[in-house]
Amino acid sequence: MIRSSRQSAGNLPDINQRNAAWYIDKLVQYLVFLSGISAIVLIVGIFIFVTIEGLGFLFEDFSFREFFLSPWWEPTDDDEPTYGILALMAGTASVTGLAMLVAIPFSLGSAIYIAEFATGRKREYLKILIELLAAIPSVVWGFIGLTIMNPLIIDIFDVPVGLNILNAGIILGLMAAPIMTSISEDALKAVPDRYREAAEALGGTRWQVIYKTILPAAKNGLLGGVLLGVGRGFGETMAVLMATGHAINIPGSVFDSVRALTATIAAELGETAVGSPHYQALFTIGIFLFSITFIINLTADLIVRGIRKS
Amino acid sequence: MVTLVEDIANPESAEASSVKLQVRNLAIRYGSTTAISGINLEVRENEIFGIIGPANAGKTSFLKTLNRMNDFSSDMSVDGDIMFEGTNIRDVRNVYALRNRIGVVFPLPVGLPLTIYENVAFVPRLRGISEKAELDVIVERCLTRSALWDEVKDRLDSLGSLLSGGQQQRLTIARALSQEPELLMLDEFSIAVDPVTTMRIEDVLKELKQEMTIILVTNLVQQARRLADRTAFFLEGQCVEIGTTEDLFTGKVKDSRTTDYIEGRFG
Repeated sequence: MIRSSRQSAGNLPDINQRNAAWYIDKLVQYLVFLSGISAIVLIVGIFIFVTIEGLGFLFEDFSFREFFLSPWWEPTDDDEPTYGILALMAGTASVTGLAMLVAIPFSLGSAIYIAEFATGRKREYLKILIELLAAIPSVVWGFIGLTIMNPLIIDIFDVPVGLNILNAGIILGLMAAPIMTSISEDALKAVPDRYREAAEALGGTRWQVIYKTILPAAKNGLLGGVLLGVGRGFGETMAVLMATGHAINIPGSVFDSVRALTATIAAELGETAVGSPHYQALFTIGIFLFSITFIINLTADLIVRGIRKS
Repeated sequence: MVTLVEDIANPESAEASSVKLQVRNLAIRYGSTTAISGINLEVRENEIFGIIGPANAGKTSFLKTLNRMNDFSSDMSVDGDIMFEGTNIRDVRNVYALRNRIGVVFPLPVGLPLTIYENVAFVPRLRGISEKAELDVIVERCLTRSALWDEVKDRLDSLGSLLSGGQQQRLTIARALSQEPELLMLDEFSIAVDPVTTMRIEDVLKELKQEMTIILVTNLVQQARRLADRTAFFLEGQCVEIGTTEDLFTGKVKDSRTTDYIEGRFG
């Protein structure tokens, strides 16, 4: 019996002979290894490139005091160019801050609804819609800021300009909300159902159970989601460029126009001479932005990983 | 209360004691599969009502319907009436309040991801007790009763979910006691608890029945014998036998399968 079934299975491979399957296996291992480390190579490569381009400025014209503390960003001034990013940082921070005020309640609310209340088809459709929302290109959001939000803000608040922190903050908040919703919903879903059932069996209402048990248990994942949103806000360029008004300004209210770090690079890099101090100063901003978003994303990632382990 | 205590002293007169829970024609289905059907029984005030039976007899499904935990599984459908203090459980208008009055202990303990202290203080807090001194008293009393206090009194602030399985089970019992329930349902509570602790908890249950009605689902036939005033035998979704525990264990049964199960000839 055994003998006949072996014969029908075809030629048995020789244990001392490497065959095609063996070589294919090795080849695939190398290929996926290359793809795997390409992420590391790319990120290190980009960091080195940005640093090298900004290096000349860092060693010659760079003054720590001026760069971080001066509100004057006047790189094209013929007599005395100044490279202060304080106003740009204020622009990025104010827009991101307002965006988070918009996005956190929005995304937390929809994550709670999708994870805890919605069932069946409603849940599936909502999840798909939110992923679609995340896929809208940022230039489209910028366009909405420019053509819809701008006149709306002028009308409602009776201000001369509608391209300001309020406009960009709302736009950016809506842009960041989908990814924050997805991450937060994952975090809520990661809390085992037995906790919900146990807490409900004790007589807690749905909201009491969510508020007292589920949210505390998911808090790391929720925080990770918020941080990813902040990272998104810092790095976003196009929508912010279009909706902030792009005016260098330390804002006094949400109706002031500002300019973001990212938008400055995008708007000016094409018009500078390669290797000039202005060009290098823009790259120094790049290093700064890169470091901040790297730290934020890394922190978010470590926090989210932390909950997966426990 | 006095009359109730007397009832316990004389199980024979239990007929006279009031009915806590009355089940009529209960049937439970999961999709097209029938889990239990035609269950008729009543549980009396301040008795320990034992339910024994082999796996798949429908014991846990039965318990789930009593505090509407069946709401959690959408494929579970329930027919028949469960009267709890004159109201049909299936028609109650505030299911949270119902669950608040009925305590449950699951076979596998679920320590909520809160500290030991907060696990026990959970229900009192839901009820609006926020004063630390008051909560302290409740937490200590419940943990002492569930035979856990001595082991955890120095680390009330550590996570309940990090306790050992047996300790978590006693934590869930403490949590159920913090509800001061009128009806306490225990579903194979001793599955994850060592024999010595099991005996300690059994002693506590005997005391508790002066204050509440207890339904005890158990795989351990001898546990039912030790604790229950009356016992029901479930088999394949039917309630085969209900009687005083004494009758069941001395062979005064209507159905011979009951004795076969109790004496270990099957199951």
